Amino acid sequence: MTGLDGWRRWALIAPPFVWLLVFFLLPLGVVAGISLSQSADTIPPYAPLFVRGPNGLETSATLENYQVICQGCLRAYSNSLFYAALATALCLLVGYPIAFAIARAPRVWRNPLLFLVILPFWTSLLIRVYAWIAILQPTGLLNRALRALGLSDAPILLIYNDFSVVLGLVYAYLPFMILPLYGSLSQLDESLVEAAADLGARPARAFLDIVLPLSLPGIAAGALLVFIPAIGEFVIPDLLGGPRTLMVGKVLWQEFFDNVDWPAAAAVAMVLVAILTAPLLVAQRVIERARPS
Amino acid sequence: MNKRLTVFRAVSLVLGFGFLYLPIALLVAYSFNRSRLVAVWGGWSLRWYAALSTDDAFRAAALTSLEIGVMAASLALVLGTCAGFSIARFARFRGRLVFSFMLMAPLVVPEVILGLSLLLLFVASQAWLGWPASRGILTVTIAHATFGSCFVAVLVRAQLAGFDRSLEEAALDLGARPGAVLWRVTLPGISPALVSGWLLAFTLSLDDLVVASFTSGPSATTLPMAVYSSVRIGVTPEVNALATVFLALVIVLVALAFSLIARQERRRPAAG
Repeated sequence: MTGLDGWRRWALIAPPFVWLLVFFLLPLGVVAGISLSQSADTIPPYAPLFVRGPNGLETSATLENYQVICQGCLRAYSNSLFYAALATALCLLVGYPIAFAIARAPRVWRNPLLFLVILPFWTSLLIRVYAWIAILQPTGLLNRALRALGLSDAPILLIYNDFSVVLGLVYAYLPFMILPLYGSLSQLDESLVEAAADLGARPARAFLDIVLPLSLPGIAAGALLVFIPAIGEFVIPDLLGGPRTLMVGKVLWQEFFDNVDWPAAAAVAMVLVAILTAPLLVAQRVIERARPS
Repeated sequence: MNKRLTVFRAVSLVLGFGFLYLPIALLVAYSFNRSRLVAVWGGWSLRWYAALSTDDAFRAAALTSLEIGVMAASLALVLGTCAGFSIARFARFRGRLVFSFMLMAPLVVPEVILGLSLLLLFVASQAWLGWPASRGILTVTIAHATFGSCFVAVLVRAQLAGFDRSLEEAALDLGARPGAVLWRVTLPGISPALVSGWLLAFTLSLDDLVVASFTSGPSATTLPMAVYSSVRIGVTPEVNALATVFLALVIVLVALAFSLIARQERRRPAAG
């Protein structure tokens, strides 16, 4: 009970509700409409979906843009899904020990450590990705270090390939994995693990049978927070990827800015939205359930 | 306690934070490098900071970004607080499911989709309604406020979940009007979420390249847009200096906010 009723309630609900309807849901509808229209040499560069003809309202709607996607961009979608899945798995692998160590650290350390996890998130992604260029490029620090150590003679190709894209994704999205994992692991009842040890379970067994299952909500939330945005990532494949690293975000950007084909870009976006719908609905359920009641 | 396990935890912390911070540390170090070449140390120098201070393009872009950031964050704070409060406190209302979906989706939907869809909306509404007359600071602000408000809502909602309701009930019992309770009990009680929400929306706005590139027009270039176009040409030490300045700014702001919040949390038990 908040003591708030009737119009007071709606005065709080309505502004953000209407705002999101107009500036989040409605735009997706507009994208759907434009994805069906034909590209044109006008401003804006697409033909109107409906025109008043001699026989009343006529439509020029076409599925052509989607056919073009089927022919050309399928690889971009499968690549994006693959990179995102790989990055999610690696984030989990790298993030789990970190989250575990923070959750088991002395109490006074936990907040500063969490602060350190969040801090990179507050600084520009563009700049953090850019920092990797200086490290990975052929004349970069890593190659010079390898040569100085005598580990390689010629520069190793570390950038503008699949490796650098996945590395960039893991680097950028790691905090999104660590935070929900920490949330799950810090609520875990330590006495359960102790009980397992008392009953003779080895640490590995106790981890697999108790810690891991109890941290599943954190794993699910973290995986979704990494996987969904990583699929459509633009900055990382653009700056760290090569000409052959196709990802949906980059394809959409190029269709829009370089080819000025707005209907094609809209169709690429609609297919991406369709792919994301299922994980988004799962994400909503996971987040609703993870909410402390 | 298992000793091997303790060592394992320490090692994973060191490696993990090394991975997160090494690139940033190198960036800062090389902003003081005299040499134009990356990875060649030419001695300490402030020449890139000097170059930065006379770069009009970057300065104009920074001012544009600050302007958009402050407006978008403030708008996001109002919208997000209303939204977070509604979701946390009103268990049932018409459209709650749609509402909570719209609040969650922008957090994870790829930026290219947010940017493209908003731009197409602006173009369509310009054709039908004549508004917005041109794209620039206003349209970018609207776009940034949209996703910013979702982040604010998450923080407000989380803080309200741990908020002691008995304070509000006591105020109501003592005859305070519901509006006054909201204004004088609830909002001060969740002020840490409000402060960090505003800051988060502000830094997200400062950081955003993709959505701004779509929704901006020729009249407004934000800082990330300026940085992006110079990074595409190649690695320039001037960007290192710019990044360092921004990093320092963000760290000071965030540290200030967190210490304010910590001080308030410490004061509260004493006051109550």
